[in-house]
Amino acid sequence: MTDAPVTTKHIHGHPALQHHFENMEQQREAGTLGMWVFLVTEIMFFGGMFLAYTLYRGMHPAAFASASNHLDITLGAINTAVLILSSFTMAMAVWCTQVGKQQAQILCLVLTLILGLTFLGIKAVEYHDKYVDNLIPGKLIPGRPFNPAVAQEGEPFDKHKLHLVDGAEVRHVELFYWIYFAMTGMHALHMIIGAGLLSVLIYFSIKGRYDPEYHSPVEVTGLYWHFVDIVWIFLFPLLYLLGRHFEH
Amino acid sequence: MSEHIVPVRVYITIFLALLVGTTLTVMAAFHDFTFHIASVQIQLNTIIALAIATFKATLVVLYFMHVRYSSRLVWVIVASALFWLAILFALTFADYWTRGWLVIG
Repeated sequence: MTDAPVTTKHIHGHPALQHHFENMEQQREAGTLGMWVFLVTEIMFFGGMFLAYTLYRGMHPAAFASASNHLDITLGAINTAVLILSSFTMAMAVWCTQVGKQQAQILCLVLTLILGLTFLGIKAVEYHDKYVDNLIPGKLIPGRPFNPAVAQEGEPFDKHKLHLVDGAEVRHVELFYWIYFAMTGMHALHMIIGAGLLSVLIYFSIKGRYDPEYHSPVEVTGLYWHFVDIVWIFLFPLLYLLGRHFEH
Repeated sequence: MSEHIVPVRVYITIFLALLVGTTLTVMAAFHDFTFHIASVQIQLNTIIALAIATFKATLVVLYFMHVRYSSRLVWVIVASALFWLAILFALTFADYWTRGWLVIG
């Protein structure tokens, strides 16, 4: 009896190919599909908050418009552009990996990370502005309960004061700020997690782990990053822009 | 069947379209789109803002997230998300909108 042939399954396979997949293509498609299933649960998660926003805005339109007008539209618009640019650099990072440009891939990932951190920095400035104006809802900040200064009729515009549209009540403005901080806070948490994922990707990119054959981690992190961008694409007009036309 | 590689010019086009969309939505927000047709008042600001946001999100999903070039199975997953989101909104509003319709007692 001669020696049986050696049956090492993935002797010719890519080193990153797991034993339960037929080939790299199948492995990559399974990874992408799994990420999409996760994103569906994320859509439902944020969907619940968008639902709460829609309901309470329908009940208190004037208060929501007044509260929204207090947000800084310039910072919000800049952050939208920053996030769109970061989505572009992320898409380019995936592209660079697909065509095997390792240096450009590292550069794109680093740019994406920097843009993500820029977004968080601007968000922190905005949160601080709300803190200064006593707009953090409830008693979340010890010693600084929700207590904004309200501009009186005929008073000149003061950006630190709440300018109420007709029919708006301060307690419903507070409701808006609960929703604002819940939604932008959860969004910012997703950005922080995304920044962590990007750091891991950058580390392994420098080690040269990803190539045109194997780049699922870059691809699925990209999907996650774009999803977080999409959430902001809806948050920006709904939170920052909803009451602007009342001012004119 | 190997992976579809999207040309760079497509990514650049989508990126520019997203920036244009952002500019449009900010400009539209400062304009009052309230119309009066007979005695009915129609307020279009929110609808315009949501239409632009949905358009931008669709571009991101189709091109940046490669869904346009993905398998049917990915399409089904994405569609199922939208379907269940629609259930969440439709059933909740079916409740809230109709609460005032029936006065008992």
